[in-house]
Order: sequence, then C-alpha cells, then structure tokens
Amino acid sequence: MEILIGQLATGLSLGSILLLAALGLALTFGQMGVINMAHGEFIMAGCYTAFVVQKFIANAGVSLLVSLALGFLVGGLLGALLEVTLIRRMYHRPLDTLLVTFGVGLILQQVARDVFGAPAVNVTAPAWLSGGVEILGAVVPRTRIFILVLAIVCVTVLAAALKHSPMGRRIRAVVQNRDLAETSGISSRRTDITTFFIGSGLASVAGVALTLIGSTSSTTGQAYLIDAFLVVVVGGLGQIKGTVIAAFALGILNSFIEYSTTASLAKVIVFVIIVIFLQVRPQGLFTVRTRSLV
Amino acid sequence: MPSSACPPLRRPALAAGSVLATAALLLAGCGSKATEESTGAAGSESCVDTSGSKIKVGSLNSLSGTMAISEVTVRDAIKLAVDQINEKGGVLGKQIELVGEDGASDPAVFAQKAEKLIKDDCVAAVFGGWTSSSRKAMLPVFESNDSLLYYPVQYEGLEASKNIFYTGATTNQQIVPALDYLKEKGVKSLYLVGSDYVFPQTANRIIKAYAAANGIEIKGEDYTPLGSTDFSTIVNKVRASNAGAVFNTLNGDSNVAFFKEYTNAGLTPEKMPVVSVSIAEEEVTGIGADNIKGQLTAWNYYQTVDNPVNKAFVDAYKAKYGADKPTSDPMEAAYVSVYLWKNTVEKAKAFDTKAIQDNAGGVTFDAPEGLVTIDGENHHITKTARIGEIHPDGLIYTIWESPGPIEPDPFLKSYPWAAGLSG
Repeated sequence: MEILIGQLATGLSLGSILLLAALGLALTFGQMGVINMAHGEFIMAGCYTAFVVQKFIANAGVSLLVSLALGFLVGGLLGALLEVTLIRRMYHRPLDTLLVTFGVGLILQQVARDVFGAPAVNVTAPAWLSGGVEILGAVVPRTRIFILVLAIVCVTVLAAALKHSPMGRRIRAVVQNRDLAETSGISSRRTDITTFFIGSGLASVAGVALTLIGSTSSTTGQAYLIDAFLVVVVGGLGQIKGTVIAAFALGILNSFIEYSTTASLAKVIVFVIIVIFLQVRPQGLFTVRTRSLV
Repeated sequence: MPSSACPPLRRPALAAGSVLATAALLLAGCGSKATEESTGAAGSESCVDTSGSKIKVGSLNSLSGTMAISEVTVRDAIKLAVDQINEKGGVLGKQIELVGEDGASDPAVFAQKAEKLIKDDCVAAVFGGWTSSSRKAMLPVFESNDSLLYYPVQYEGLEASKNIFYTGATTNQQIVPALDYLKEKGVKSLYLVGSDYVFPQTANRIIKAYAAANGIEIKGEDYTPLGSTDFSTIVNKVRASNAGAVFNTLNGDSNVAFFKEYTNAGLTPEKMPVVSVSIAEEEVTGIGADNIKGQLTAWNYYQTVDNPVNKAFVDAYKAKYGADKPTSDPMEAAYVSVYLWKNTVEKAKAFDTKAIQDNAGGVTFDAPEGLVTIDGENHHITKTARIGEIHPDGLIYTIWESPGPIEPDPFLKSYPWAAGLSG
C-alpha cells in the first residue's frame, strides 16, 4: 500500500514535470505546428534566470517567485524574437524550421556555457520547500508538490485564457483556419507572436521550477525536449486536454514500470507502448475537428 | 573511468569502428615498415628527436564537447607540471615542449590525434585521456607505434598495457578500500545506484563479489541512463530497502538530481550514508553543498590533504589559474604523471620507450597525495586510499586513509573473492 501510494505520487509528480515541460510546446507545436527544437533551451533559459535572480535576491523564497514571473518574460521574449527573426519566414517549410531551431538551440547552449561556465550551477531551494510531506506512509518531497500545483495553475490559466479571453479566441481561430481568420480581420502575424511568446514563456517557467529538483547546466533543456515532444504527440495536436492526460498517463505508467523493472528498461517499455499506441491512433488522444478543407 | 562532471558518451560500436579504421590506416601507411620489422629489425622506428635542447611531449585532452568540463582542468595540471619542471632546468638538461591536442570527447578523435602526436610531432610521451572508451581507442595506437601514454584517471581496472602508465587508481585502491571502510563501520547491507555503462557495471560486479564474501547483503541494484534526471522512483526503492548505505557510481548531472531527491525525501547521511566514487570538488558546487554535506566520497586525493607538497601544489595551481579553482583527484594524478615520466627518464638517462619501460619499476615521486611508486609489472602506481566527507564549504575532508600506499592490483589477483571476475 505504502509503495502503491508512493509510486502513484511519483507518477503524478513525473506527470506534472512532463506537463510543465510540454505545455509551451503544446502551444507552439500543437497549435501552430512549429517544430521548435530550441524549446529545451527556453527551459534552460528559465533555469539560468532562477540562478541569476538568486544572485540579486538572497531570500530563496522571494527569488523563486520573482524568477517564475521573470522567467516567463525572458522565455517569452526569446521566443518572440525567434518567431520574428526566423520562424515567421518558414511557416510552410517544417523541415527547415526543425533544422534552424536546432541550430538556434545549439547556439543558446554555447552562449550559456560561455556566460555561466560548463559545470552545473546550483539554485538553492527555499527552506519551506525542503523536506517532504508524509501521505499515508509515503514521503513526497515538498518541491514535487510545489511543481504539481504550479503545473495545475499553469494549465488552468492557459485553458481559461484560450477559452474566454479575446486573445485566446484569436489564437484558436488562427489555429483552426488561418485564411478565414485573416479574412475576418484577425492579424495572424500578431497572433503568431503572441502564441509563441506564451509558449516559450511557459517553457521558461518550467525551467525555473525544474531547478528545484534537477541540475542547471547548458544541457539541462535537452533532457526534457524529447519527452515534451512525446507528450504532445501522444496527447494529440491542437488540444491542451490531450497534453494534460498524456503527461499524467506517461508519468504514472513510467513510475510503476520503473519500480518493477529498472530505469533503463522502463524507458524502453514506455517507448514501445507509445509506438504501438501511435500505430493504432496516429492522431494522438484528441484531435481538433475543423471544417477547413486543409 | 567515470567522467566526473559530465556524462561520457560511450559509443562502443563507433569506437570499435574507429579502431578498425585506424588499424587499416596503419597497415596502409606503414606497409613497408611493417615488412621490415617482420624481417628482423627489433621494435619500430621512433622519430623522437633527442639531439636538440628541447624534448617534445604531447597532451591529449578533450578541450571541446561534453567531457571538456573535466578534461580542461587535467590539461591545466599537466601544463603546470611541465612549467615547473622547465623552470628547474628541464629533463636531462632539455626543456620540455608541450604539444597540446584536443580529443573532442570522441574516442575516434583520440585515436587519430594520438597517431598524429606520435608520428607527425614525434613526441616522447603523451599525457591524457579520460573516459575508458578514449583509453581503449588509443591503446592499439600506442602499442603498434611502441610509444607511451600516461593515463591519469581512476578506472575500472582489468587492463595492463606495457605502453600505458596508469596514474589514477585501479579498483583495489578506491572501491575495495571504500568497502573495507563500510564493513569496518558495521554496514551490513548496500544499495547500488549507478549510470548505465561500463564503469558502474564493472564496479558493481566487484562490489557484489566482495559483498558475497564478506556477508554484506545487496538490497538492490539500479542503473539509470546517462543524463537521467528523475530519481524519485529509485529514491523510493532505496528508502524502502532500509539498506545500511548506498554505493553511488552515478555520473555527471544525474548526481545533482539524485542528491536533491535524496535530501528532500528526508534521507540523511546519518540514516543512510551515500559513498560516491565520481564526485570530486568541482561537482560539489553544482550539486549544492547543502544537498550533499555529510556524504562520503572515495578517492586518493583531496584539495584538503594536509602536507607541505600538497600545499605547494594547491598554491601553485591557484596562482596560475585562479583562487576559486579547486584541485581534484584526476588533476593531481595528471600532475603526478608528468613528474613520474621525468623521474623515469632521469633514471633511464634516455627518452626512448624501451629504456623507460625497463627502468619504470620502483620509480617514486613525492606527490601531493603522498609517496607514489611505479609498479614495473603492471605499470600502475601505489596510491593511498582516502575516504572523505563533504563539508558545507564545498571541500572534502579525509576521515579515513589507508595505513600506507596500496600496491596496485588491476586484476584483483590477491583477493580470493575476486576469482573469476577478470574473465
């Protein structure tokens, strides 16, 4: 029982980490169809934002909250810059986008290495997040509960914004039918920048949160990139709902398989399950139904 | 050997391919020479120039790629030793000229650059290498050219080439003493956590053999892919196992995630100490001293080793490269390797490979870690084993050391429980 609860908590936690890492991608890749290989580096930008903020604000708790807000801005601005300078020019060339953003990712990694040095740096977690909470005999680290809550907040805010705000309606309109949206007077260019800003900003928010449990180095983002893509693909493009379910499903699946086998084997088994799943349902869990002809 | 700071990318297939390719090149390149040799000439021709006032040696470390983090500091230590020797008049009256090459974290490049250093630059010896795959890729190059490599990193043992001098620890100078220490402290059970590649797997085979012979129970054994960042499941398993201690052979960034998870799950050094063999002074900063204070490491050298030789070494290193730069075990071993080469050359009164091989046995150096002596048989060196405790200031302090330097035994022949491991 203790083990069951412990692994369930681990699975939920892993799911929330996957969700945070994938949420931004669900927007840029899921909604806009841009394969952004630099997404991992936006996560890394968040990690280093937390590191830099901590140099100025000694109180770890305050600096964490400031970093979350500032991280969103830093990642968002980087994303918007990438969109305006490069991605905008190749919306109909997905392969070129892949290569270009991969290159941008490498450049960002090297920049991080030159600025902060190659060895990993440490971001101190606030005292109120150290230690764990006992739930029915299983110990769950407070940092993981914080990340779970943060992921839920991010998803809720994003979903509400997409559904109810004028900006959200514009984003959905452009996703569903770009031409029709434009003829209705929506500036698709401006909408694209906004979407990319939010997606990249969320990646950096994830990065700030990940400093609580992982390392901060120039390659941090890469560890999460593939998993983030997997979550979005399994969830289905165009729907936040799918991303949420896929993230938690993969997290829980992984934690239970890992407990009964090994970490390396769990990874393999999860990949096999995903491959089989995509054979049966190549479109993922959910898809957007539109009346558009393309 | 484990990379300490960053995961070495091990590509066995590629490495094997490159070795074959190098071998093919060799055959093609020196066909005529090979025939000459086989028809009588003893040993291959060396192009090392010993006539001038200078003698060339090479350094071969990854200055780019994923291993650069760790290997650049090794190169710095080699440079420091060379500069010091030159200041004091050089070797046999000749100034050392260091030819530096970049192994680019790629075993194939290591093999190519080793070939270049030996054949084009005509160096008398090469210092460098870090990952076991880089060493294994270079080994045939040094053997076929009958040249010398000084390899300065602790590794998994089970190797002895007459063309390589191993100045890092082999398993009986690091892992076995660590186990002796745990046994002495009354640890009855162990949990093994490691990265999924050659060094941790080999190390754990040795640990399991030791445990079986000494009545220590192995509660569990887990490997994670290199660069793995989620340790909650493994920490859950470790916690549930109630083991006496954890033996950690994880590499690189994984250590950060592991120790953060371990500490946050409420596990402490008092409850369940973790002994690590790949965490040196540089890595402690990245993990955060708060997350790892009180945990143990097993090495042969720490910056805090208290003797006048080490004090001079640390002062010289910091004066040259910056006061905030720590010195670590692999750096010290690299520094020592240059001096051991110098002392051997002076004993042999010659720079050629044969003379050095013949005279290496018994050569000593008063190193920062204590006195070291080359074993003429297996080309490893005697080393003092030290268990260290990590302090909040980020430095590691010795809490136990072996009574004296331990004789190297790369194949663990003198340990009855290890019979059958080297096969």
